[in-house]
Amino acid sequence: MIEIEGITKRYDATTVVDDVSMVIEPRTVCVIVGTSGSGKTTLLRMINRLVEPTAGVIKLDGNDNRSLPGYELRRSIGYAIQGHGLFPHRTVAQNIATVPVLLGWDKDRIKSRVEELMTLYQLDPEAYGPRYPHELSGGQQQRVGVARALAAEPNVLLMDEPFGALDPIIRTKAQEDLLAIQKRFGTTIILVTHDMEEAVHMGDKIAVMDSGKLVQYAKPEEILARPASAFVETLVGASEKPFRLLSLGRVRDAVEKGTAEGEAIPGDASQRDALAELLWSGRPALPVKDEDGKPLGRVTVDGLVKRAARPA
Amino acid sequence: MKAWLPSLLRLALVVLLVAFVTNPGWFEPLLKPLTENNAPAIYNQGSLLTLTLLHLRTVLIATVAATIVAVALAILVTRPAGAEFLPLSRSLVNIGQTFPPVAVLALAVPAVGFGEKPTLIALFLYGLLPIFENALTGLTTLPGNVMEAARGAGMTGWQRLIRVELPLSAPVILGGIRLSVVISLATATIGSTVAAKTLGEVIIAGLLSNNLAFVLQGGLIVAALAVLIYDGLSAIERYTARRMGQATGD
Ligand SMILES: Nc1ncnc2c1ncn2[C@@H]1O[C@H](COP(=O)(O)OP(=O)(O)OP(=O)(O)O)[C@@H](O)[C@H]1O
Ligand SMILES: [Mg+2]
Repeated sequence: MIEIEGITKRYDATTVVDDVSMVIEPRTVCVIVGTSGSGKTTLLRMINRLVEPTAGVIKLDGNDNRSLPGYELRRSIGYAIQGHGLFPHRTVAQNIATVPVLLGWDKDRIKSRVEELMTLYQLDPEAYGPRYPHELSGGQQQRVGVARALAAEPNVLLMDEPFGALDPIIRTKAQEDLLAIQKRFGTTIILVTHDMEEAVHMGDKIAVMDSGKLVQYAKPEEILARPASAFVETLVGASEKPFRLLSLGRVRDAVEKGTAEGEAIPGDASQRDALAELLWSGRPALPVKDEDGKPLGRVTVDGLVKRAARPA
Repeated sequence: MKAWLPSLLRLALVVLLVAFVTNPGWFEPLLKPLTENNAPAIYNQGSLLTLTLLHLRTVLIATVAATIVAVALAILVTRPAGAEFLPLSRSLVNIGQTFPPVAVLALAVPAVGFGEKPTLIALFLYGLLPIFENALTGLTTLPGNVMEAARGAGMTGWQRLIRVELPLSAPVILGGIRLSVVISLATATIGSTVAAKTLGEVIIAGLLSNNLAFVLQGGLIVAALAVLIYDGLSAIERYTARRMGQATGD
């Protein structure tokens, strides 16, 4: 659990983060959104003390984050940034091993951890381990950056626009991979993004920042349904709201009894994808199947449209 | 140009240089036409090999000392605690450079006497600036997100310096050392005016006795050394830079 209590950061006279308080539950994903310069990065960097707050306390599992020297604290917290920041003079394997080496893990443990992470990220350790970062594609570099952040099995992972530089397809893949890993290791993730789509998709909760202040901190459904201010409303994008809402739900939760013709859609797909498929193919209903291909029922345009309406 | 041609030329130069300093007699017929009045064509007041080695030793000592001091200084002034010394150290090192080496020699002799010492002082002062400037450039232009990642991973200031900052600025620092060595190789010749044992002795003897052959052989050995060392250091530089995926400088 991360408790942020009355955190303020001032540079000279300018207040960059203004009295922010929030609690991030363990094993959840908290996404921080806001316009450029609203203080997202500064807030994030105060958690691992790359920036020291002017006032306030941050507690990790009940312990003040100032109870350890900064560098020791940072070894226990994963940190991934935009543009990955890989060490260009070190191989992929050495990059991933950075924090375990600092922590003094023994060789075998480091080796097996690096291999585990590389395999998890679909990078063959034999082929990619000895390469230098510049010999990888942008998407691969980004994965190595996240693998490095995860290497010492941190409970908390801070990510500052980690997917910012990726093309949409790789980006979606990277988001899915991250969510899968988050589930698997139970990591608490705090992720900064500019992309509302990403926020709604990834976040258990979304924190909206505006000129240093935390203006709303709530579940994505709540943010979409009841934006706390005109600012949040604009950020969410008024015309996108119904689709964002649908993107939160899975098809299996919108299944109705009955059958339909044509190619079935998997129950895990988002309701938004189902609606898009329905509209595009001009059909009123789609069959739904589960992972084993067993029919679950169908989704209909009418049913989905009802779900896209503003929640009561 | 064929890729192997430069290597072949280098190899030929090495072979020629070694042959010349170890067996200068072989080359006598080539140099004889440059002499008058039956003067000796090959330097005869000492061994060329010994002078070459001493010349190299002088340059090596001066360069190592200059590298240690310049890099240490650059590290110091790029730490938060030393930032205020940046302007001071810059001007100190600049003075070292603008002061003509001959003047340094003239001033150093009364203080430390004749011989190798005043030469070492002059070469040391002269070699500081290129190394310091390059080290400063290297240490202040490190990619921001890499440094951010190093800090974020929990490296201490010392670990960042050793594991990230110095390796990343190594190619630029090496560039400074290379410049410094080449300048020193040439400048060391004037050390012979204050009785340092360098190849300058050969050139000066040639000038005094009007023997063009001496001047030429002294100059050529220095030039060959400079070319080979410049080349070798460039290769190391390119290798370290290439490993990091940086564009090569030259
Ligand atoms: N070291 C610093 N000194 C002075 N001002 C700073 C410093 N770091 C950040 N700021 C200012 O604080 C404000 C918030 O910066 P921050 O990087 O937290 O914004 P952000 O929300 O992450 O923006 P972006 O979305 O563009 O990354 C900006 O106006 C920035 O100029
Ligand atoms: Mg930012």
